[in-house]
Amino acid sequence: MRENDTPLYEVFLRPRNGLSHRHVGSLHALDDQMAMQNARDLYTRRGEADSIWIVRSADLIASAPEDKETNLSPSDPERKPYRHPTFYVLPKEVENM
Amino acid sequence: MYSQGLMGVEETPGGEQDLLDRFQARIDAGEKIEPNDEMPEAYRKTLIRQMSQHAHSEIVGVYPEANWVTRAPTLRRKLQAMAKIQDEFGHGLYIYSAAETLGVSREEMVGQLLSGKAKYSSVFNYPTLNWADLAVIGWLGDGAAIMNQIPLCRCSYGPYARAMVLVCKEESFHQRQGYEAMVALMNGSPEQKAMGQDAVNRWWWPIMMMFGPHDADSPNTETGVKWKIKNFTNDELRQKFIKATVPQAKLIGIEIPDPDLRFNEETGDWEHGEIDWDEFWSVVKGQGPCNHDRITARRKAHAEGAWVLEAAQAYAAKQAARNAA
Repeated sequence: MRENDTPLYEVFLRPRNGLSHRHVGSLHALDDQMAMQNARDLYTRRGEADSIWIVRSADLIASAPEDKETNLSPSDPERKPYRHPTFYVLPKEVENM
Repeated sequence: MYSQGLMGVEETPGGEQDLLDRFQARIDAGEKIEPNDEMPEAYRKTLIRQMSQHAHSEIVGVYPEANWVTRAPTLRRKLQAMAKIQDEFGHGLYIYSAAETLGVSREEMVGQLLSGKAKYSSVFNYPTLNWADLAVIGWLGDGAAIMNQIPLCRCSYGPYARAMVLVCKEESFHQRQGYEAMVALMNGSPEQKAMGQDAVNRWWWPIMMMFGPHDADSPNTETGVKWKIKNFTNDELRQKFIKATVPQAKLIGIEIPDPDLRFNEETGDWEHGEIDWDEFWSVVKGQGPCNHDRITARRKAHAEGAWVLEAAQAYAAKQAARNAA
């Protein structure tokens, strides 16, 4: 087995409670335990996280770039502007809503 | 620690004009490029080369420093040297994994380093003769690295830019610990002061070379700038570095070993003496004082550490078999 075959993991950190986990990078490790230890050593040397998530990159399901149009354009403000608050015109007297 | 301005863009864009135009429009609009986006082959190859050289520099860059860990003057200095070295290995790993998003494996990149095919920063091919060298590497070497790396945080390739944000957060510690060690020397005995000055005398020119050839001799800079892989030219970065460094040197009584260094009131720039480009190219091509030592040390570490990987593989296989049973 060559190093090429060592699984790739993605690392997510939550800097502190109240925030979401955020992707910070990836690393190679042979198993979950080693991945967790490597994530700690590599990405949290200065207290960057109070919680670490790791997941094998092969287990991530990602949208394909060529599906971008189909997946994302319904939410395009130009296609369905009525889903956005600025579409609605209010009387001038209403300052904030 | 740092990326060198020298090996930029070798390939000029050719091929499908449509793709190039589409791509350039995205870059010009300030969009970031992500791993699965379409990109010209030359962009991909240029990034792989630059990022792998950058990662190799981080890894090889620990060797000059490792030389002094066991002989650091105090426990505090020893701890800071070890922390810095650990960071540098970390930087290498951040950048290798960012480069892997372009479809090259870390193993392949490391293989190119070990075979001598890939380059790394020429500055690490100079020896660290005494403790003051570590102070100077932190202060000036990492200082030059920061000048190079801060603009890379805004480069067009998303994973590289994000890795640079992580790196830059840590570099500031590297530079400050080096300068602090330098201040301690320059406040010391006449012998210690002489040691500090001697280290600067030996490192100044190799560090000036870290920014790469003059713009006029760097025809590839243009493509790098066009694709926003480089946001400043080599000479611009060198100028920023001199500007920042001169007052720091003056404050602690260090004389910069360049008799031609003078401030031009009209342009607002520092003019410096001639850089010995023959020396630079000979070090890049393998003739520096420590090229052989660095690669030999890296090969030895790789070979002697192989059993760790093998043991971990055996353990992982055993655990997987147990879990399957």
